Amino acid sequence: MASPTLAPPPPPASWRRRLQAALYGHRAAQLLLLLLPPAGWFGVVYLGSLAILFVAAFWYLDPLTSAVRHDLTLRNFEQILAVPVYRTIVLRTVGVATLVTLLDVVLAFPVAYLMARVAAPRTRALLFAAVLLPLWTSYLVRVFAWRTIISKGGPVDWLLAQVGLPGASLYNTEIAMVIVFTYLWLPYMILPIYAGLERIPASLLEASADLGARHAATFRRVVLPLALPAVAAGSIFTFSLTLGDYITPQLISNSQFIGNVVYDSQGVAGNVPFAAAFATVPVLIMGIYLLGMRRLGAFEAL
Amino acid sequence: MAIDSSAGPEARARAGGGAPAVRLVGLQKRYGDVVAVAGIDLEIGAGEFFSMLGPSGSGKTTTLRMIAGFEIPSGGRVELHGSDVSALPPFERDVNTVFQDYALFPHMSVGENVGYGLMVRRVARPERERRVADALAMVRLSGYEKRRPAQLSGGQRQRVALARALVNRPRVLLLDEPLGALDLKLREEMQIELKAIQREVGITFVYVTHDQEEALTMSDRIAVFSHGRIEQVGSPADVYERPATRFVAGFVGTSNLLSGPAAAAIVGREGTFTVRPEKIRIERPEGPLAADEATAPGTIAEVVYLGADTRYIVRLDAGPTLVVTQQNLATTSTEALAQQGRAVRLVWQRQHSLPVDEGGDRTGGGIA
Repeated sequence: MASPTLAPPPPPASWRRRLQAALYGHRAAQLLLLLLPPAGWFGVVYLGSLAILFVAAFWYLDPLTSAVRHDLTLRNFEQILAVPVYRTIVLRTVGVATLVTLLDVVLAFPVAYLMARVAAPRTRALLFAAVLLPLWTSYLVRVFAWRTIISKGGPVDWLLAQVGLPGASLYNTEIAMVIVFTYLWLPYMILPIYAGLERIPASLLEASADLGARHAATFRRVVLPLALPAVAAGSIFTFSLTLGDYITPQLISNSQFIGNVVYDSQGVAGNVPFAAAFATVPVLIMGIYLLGMRRLGAFEAL
Repeated sequence: MAIDSSAGPEARARAGGGAPAVRLVGLQKRYGDVVAVAGIDLEIGAGEFFSMLGPSGSGKTTTLRMIAGFEIPSGGRVELHGSDVSALPPFERDVNTVFQDYALFPHMSVGENVGYGLMVRRVARPERERRVADALAMVRLSGYEKRRPAQLSGGQRQRVALARALVNRPRVLLLDEPLGALDLKLREEMQIELKAIQREVGITFVYVTHDQEEALTMSDRIAVFSHGRIEQVGSPADVYERPATRFVAGFVGTSNLLSGPAAAAIVGREGTFTVRPEKIRIERPEGPLAADEATAPGTIAEVVYLGADTRYIVRLDAGPTLVVTQQNLATTSTEALAQQGRAVRLVWQRQHSLPVDEGGDRTGGGIA
């Protein structure tokens, strides 16, 4: 056994050493120092602007002078509830977001399953590239590409004519919008489901088969329940991204989304208080949605 | 599938006729160029506790997985009670597996885990509940139905996995290193418990392990695996006292091999021999010798004190090194360690020089 060697003499105490010594054993102080910059950013820039948004929602625009009055009032919210077109827009936005989410789950699950459990490493890498490649191009480029595909007399219209629907067109329809959204957010659904499926140990599937379950039963009783949190996690992306979008509705169809109303209110009409009030609607919907997803365990899967 | 859930193991043993519970015929598994199992022929009798022992990569787990149906053989076939099941998926084979990592379903309670096999086979709820309770009682986990696997200790999870497999009353239970993740004390307890359960239910157990002591403790018979082949099949006593090959001698116990001129000089015959370390006595360099004893002079190169025993590593003057274990009947640690460097003479009875095959084919394991 080696004889114990003496530790080298401590270097003269500097302020750094003294700071280290002072922090040693004080975990809370260490964490505070470490997190101060990001926490400051988060607190001031993000939560601060959110707070301003909420406060601004209770201001109002003077109908005569078009100046923002800083008195608190509920008239913006009354307007949102009272005017039918706003309700229609909220319902349309939530409806499309829900539909897009469901379609993405249906489309993403087989792809993710293939990637996680079936494909050889080489094929898996190729599938990964295929899923991620669209994300390397601009969102706008992809939306404009779809605009061309579904334009009047474009490839989709031609295809519809070939299958016996001459004159039919997806141009300017909400169906087109759903298709484009589903395409845009599909990778955000595939990746969480892939991660969720990959985390299921192969031995669980073997155990299920060993205990007498056929493939369908194993899928329903083992794979699906264990992948559900991952599906919920992916749905947070697809749902919230659709909910907040205002470019695709503008470019693909003429129907308005919540985002369009917000954009027009603060831009064209200069009614910032109303825009702020309407912007709280998706925040509220997302809050309810996240609570629901938390019950499904989505946050453990993220 | 013919599962007679009402018949006891004895009734089913009769129904199975004279056919062995498991028969492997020329069984092979290749992954590309890698040969995992290189042609195995084996018969495991009904009600036997059969161990497959070998180092990692010896093909024992792959063989088990082919019996379970998780791997499709590249050649040969698997027969269960006389019928060829090589092409059947796991859910159509009357075997159940206890997995190394237990493979409990984390989203189900203990009761749901144990009842899973009965549920997917549509056993009615009252009977299911009764059998789940019985199975949990057998592994001494009554009242744990509502717990989640995550709330259990390693030993408890292991027992749930066992109950989940046994509740289906399979004709053959496959166990893939089920005690590997437990600590030594618990492992020894579970070894005794497993053996008791096996005796109670009378199901054929096929047990994969790399732990030779575990195999010796529990098994009726042991197959020693190496490089995808079986080196020897026999009772624990056969395998330990009459190792067929050099590999078996080394893997089951300590190798202690004598070969070449040293063997000829010490044992008095050509060949390779092994001597179990506990059969050797350490004596003074000179002294009387009985007629039926073999002897070899040497020097104690190293002393390892193990508490109950001491292991002496002795370099023989003839060349090879032998390991000798002695119970510390009256020896203290200081005394044992003081032996290092001493010139000694090793003595053992001639019948304990066991001839072993240099590898490859098995020859008769006669006694010298």
